[in-house]
Amino acid sequence: MTNTWIEVCSINDVPENGGTCVKVDDKQIAVFNFTRTGKWYATDNMCPHKQQMILSRGMIGDKAGEPKVACPFHKKTFSLETGQCLSGEDYHISTYEIKVEAGTIYIAI
Amino acid sequence: MKNILKRRVVVIGNGMVGYKFCEKLVAKNSDKQFEILVFGEEIRPAYDRVHLSSYFTGTSAEDLLMAPLSWYTENGIKLVLGDPIISIDRDHKVVTSLKGVVANYDVLIFATGSAAFVPPIPGVEKDGVFVYRTIEDLDMTIAHGKKAKIGVVIGGGLLGLEAAKAVSDMGLETHVVEFAPRLMPRQLDEAGGLILKNKIEDLGIKVHLNKNTASIEGEETVTGLLFKDGTELKADLLVISAGIKPRDELATKIGLAVGPRGGIMVNDMLQTTDSNIYAIGECALYKNMIYGLVAPGYEMADVVVNQLIGAEKQFAPYDMSTKLKLLGVDVASFGDCFGTENECQTIIYEDKQKGVYKRMNISLDGKTLFGGILVGEAENYNMLLQTTKNKIVLPPNPEDLMLGARGGKGAAEGSGVESLPDDALICSCEAVSKGLIVDIVKDASDIDFVGVKASCKAGSGCGGCVPMVKDIIAATKKSMGIMVRNTICEHFDYTRQELFSLIKVNNLTNYNQILDKHGKGNGCEICKPALASILASIYNEFILKQDTIQDSNDRYLANLQKGGSYSVVPRIPGGEITPDKLIVIGEVAKKYNLYTKITGGQRIDMFGAHVSQLPDIWEELVKAGFESGHAYGKSLRTVKSCVGSTWCRYGLHDSVGFAIELENRYRGLRAPHKFKSGVSGCIRECAEAQSKDFGIIATEKGWNLFVCGNGGSKPQHAVLLATDIDKETCIQYLDRFLMFYIKTAEPLTRTATWLNKLEGGIDYLKQVVVNDSLGIAQQLEEEMNFMINTYKCEWKEVVENPELRKRFTHFANSKETDPTIEFKVERGQKFPVNWVS
Ligand code: SRM
Ligand SMILES: Cc1cc2nc3c(=O)[nH]c(=O)nc-3n(C[C@H](O)[C@H](O)[C@H](O)COP(=O)(O)OP(=O)(O)OC[C@H]3O[C@@H](n4cnc5c(N)ncnc54)[C@H](O)[C@@H]3O)c2cc1C
Ligand code: SF4
Ligand code: FES
Repeated sequence: MTNTWIEVCSINDVPENGGTCVKVDDKQIAVFNFTRTGKWYATDNMCPHKQQMILSRGMIGDKAGEPKVACPFHKKTFSLETGQCLSGEDYHISTYEIKVEAGTIYIAI
Repeated sequence: MKNILKRRVVVIGNGMVGYKFCEKLVAKNSDKQFEILVFGEEIRPAYDRVHLSSYFTGTSAEDLLMAPLSWYTENGIKLVLGDPIISIDRDHKVVTSLKGVVANYDVLIFATGSAAFVPPIPGVEKDGVFVYRTIEDLDMTIAHGKKAKIGVVIGGGLLGLEAAKAVSDMGLETHVVEFAPRLMPRQLDEAGGLILKNKIEDLGIKVHLNKNTASIEGEETVTGLLFKDGTELKADLLVISAGIKPRDELATKIGLAVGPRGGIMVNDMLQTTDSNIYAIGECALYKNMIYGLVAPGYEMADVVVNQLIGAEKQFAPYDMSTKLKLLGVDVASFGDCFGTENECQTIIYEDKQKGVYKRMNISLDGKTLFGGILVGEAENYNMLLQTTKNKIVLPPNPEDLMLGARGGKGAAEGSGVESLPDDALICSCEAVSKGLIVDIVKDASDIDFVGVKASCKAGSGCGGCVPMVKDIIAATKKSMGIMVRNTICEHFDYTRQELFSLIKVNNLTNYNQILDKHGKGNGCEICKPALASILASIYNEFILKQDTIQDSNDRYLANLQKGGSYSVVPRIPGGEITPDKLIVIGEVAKKYNLYTKITGGQRIDMFGAHVSQLPDIWEELVKAGFESGHAYGKSLRTVKSCVGSTWCRYGLHDSVGFAIELENRYRGLRAPHKFKSGVSGCIRECAEAQSKDFGIIATEKGWNLFVCGNGGSKPQHAVLLATDIDKETCIQYLDRFLMFYIKTAEPLTRTATWLNKLEGGIDYLKQVVVNDSLGIAQQLEEEMNFMINTYKCEWKEVVENPELRKRFTHFANSKETDPTIEFKVERGQKFPVNWVS
């Protein structure tokens, strides 16, 4: 099954090695520009811990090579690849497919 | 696939111990030789009763679960909830539940726990009387508490005091009623109980001792208590927490032996009088003892699992030592705490003013520690417990063990784990010995605490052993010849001090460049802000030049609040402000509908701004002459002042003027952690200077300079660095002191902690700052001058730069603010709605 790609923003809207939040219908999606590896990621913007709409403002980085984002509130971290919480708790966020074409970012939900 | 040998284990009760039993059995069930069926009477799967009280302070029922429902399915456990077992046919080995589920078993486990014991006081059936055991109990108490004003707890033991905290957290006037002449009669002696009582009363909770309740008054709903001595106490909510009663009713019904005062009798294998039926946890009576704590319950679960797989493990009398935090007060008792089981002598330390009481019972020859009590401060509990359990020979001055390093010098924290034998039980919740931790570290020398915890679960229960586990990891690494340094994180193999020098010497200015040159991987939320702080402390460049390495508050130059809004705190140096500026703050707050509050730092905080409003708000504030107060930064917060000689009849010098001068001098200065200051006009000390990172107090001859004080979670008084100095000297010393701290402290270390770890302590610091023993004073002063001269207001830079302003939006593809941010109105102002759980 293929999802439809939705245009969300321009690559200039996302800071290097950082994230931004986009609205797709009524959903908030965090888009990350992992400049150091040249990869892009899209995840839920909501942190499942206290259900805060914030992950796009989290710091990104890696844990033993696994790309991750840290929630600004209580620093729980999540894999950008799998959405799994990496700080030892049972939380999970959804990740979405993302592609960049001619400077425009598309995600598939 | 058929397996004729498959045995069905039925567990009655899905509480903490029942759950732990399942967890341990699953771990040993790789051949799928057991089929596990669990019946729970409560409607939700097992939850953490030990932390039940945190339900009052926002932890959700979900957060408290030991494991989510999916865990049971994933591990092939059949879990029937909300359906207690009501009868058992032992001959045919069949259980029947209330709703009629019938199941046969090969092995049956009673893990039915206990219920709150409610003494037969006339009136206990009235509305508004509760117990404190399940989430449902709490829900009912909370619902009733909304209409109540005075809450009374019967029972001054461990659970009663937990309940009292909950009642007081609900905002009720709180009373604790205890039958015995002291609180926690089972853990504390008289003096310890008294200190605890004083501490609790300081929190506004009233304690009534020696009170025997005759009846509970009121028509339908409770209105008060009548005591046997004729006195009365008003109450519109009553929590009874007078002890526990093992749930042995089902066992009794089917003819298993129970104790005269309750509890299902078990032998060393934890078998009941029917060898196919075991009992574990709070329902089991072992050698006339009910163990009302989780750790022995977990050990029982482990013993039974071992029985089932044919291993030989027996239960043995379990150590009941405990360390708890009750109403914020540390309370611990260990071993023979009353000194009644051994012939012993007692060492007692008591500080009534600070509310600290410590007692050690030691052998007459002074070599062995039998047990003791700690109230108000229990830092050394782990070491004392281990010394007791392992009969480690006491040092010549055994009191050092309980008093710890005194006078800022001496034994480093945690010294002594080396002396423990390998079988010393470190984590009692998960029964992990020192030897196991050592082996894990030896197998994987780069493992850290998180890794050890994942591998053996040490530290995953109550958490009390965490410091000791960390010490053992460090000591083991040291013994393997691995230098243990406080390197920043997995990406940098350097300490903060080393990185500071590397960056400075090599003139590195950009995070990515430093990571490429001196680090590995792609960084993380620990090294990014740490390096951002170092860069700011060296170059003082505008921090949003590298905004994605800043901690979230720094990145938006504002403090992130519950719900996702931000707060704005303009600088009000020394707390002095003109009426016109006050009006501006009022007007801005009104215009943007911000909640306002006077902070503890003598200034005004405006809360509840959307991220997109921040630049507009700052613009108005900047126009009126305000600048950023750096409430978000690891940097100077406030220099508090008292009104001083200009108005005060005792004032010796102008403390306000000096505070303003200092606040303006060090504003925006980034450091390893935040730092605060105060200036008082005389020794009455109205500015609380001695609780600050640096504090100044006027004297007849000049100023006294104090450094390295701290409020916060571990308050510490500042220590005197120099006396009767003039203003210029004071500033000179401060420049040196602050810069020295900035260059040498580890990340997120306040000045007090930094000094505590500094070898040589305050004497050494004096040598460096006052006598320039390292010959770096001039350099430090120059570095500080550079920082002062390059200061700029960060808000202003954003306000004046359209490109930067654009970054302050919630969505990249919509002008909308975050629609999930919600506010409510209370006391005429807006507030964020609570965390959703
Ligand atoms: C607003 C204020 C409470 C108030 O309404 O009065 C406050 C609010 C916060 N304090 Fe505080 N503290 C405030 C005065 C204090 C004081 C009293 C003082 O400064 O005189 C203390 C004790 C003194 C001290 O620090 O030594 C204090 C000790 C802490 C601590 C514990 C620090 C420690 O060393 O243990 C933290 C946690 C931390 O920084 O890691 C903290 C952290 C916080 C944070 C930043 C928590 C957070 O990360 O969200 C709160 C941010 C509120 C916000 O978003 O604006 N706050 N905090 C006070 C702001 C003062 C100001 O004008 O800047
Ligand atoms: C507020 C509070 C604070 C505490 N603090 C601490 C602490 O700091 N440290 C500490 O070590 N301990 C503490 N405890 C004690 C600790 O919670 C207990 O020791 C532990 O929960 C015992 O576990 P258990 O499984 O034996 O019993 P429980 O957790 O009570 O579980 C028993 C379960 O069995 C169910 N059940 C009973 N009969 C049946 C039946 N016939 N059929 C099906 N199900 C049945 C019950 O409904 C219950 O869910 C505290 C307890 C409370 C209430
Ligand atoms: S510290 Fe001294 S000068 Fe300041 S207000 Fe108090 S009494 Fe007055
Ligand atoms: S809200 Fe994200 S970690 Fe707590």
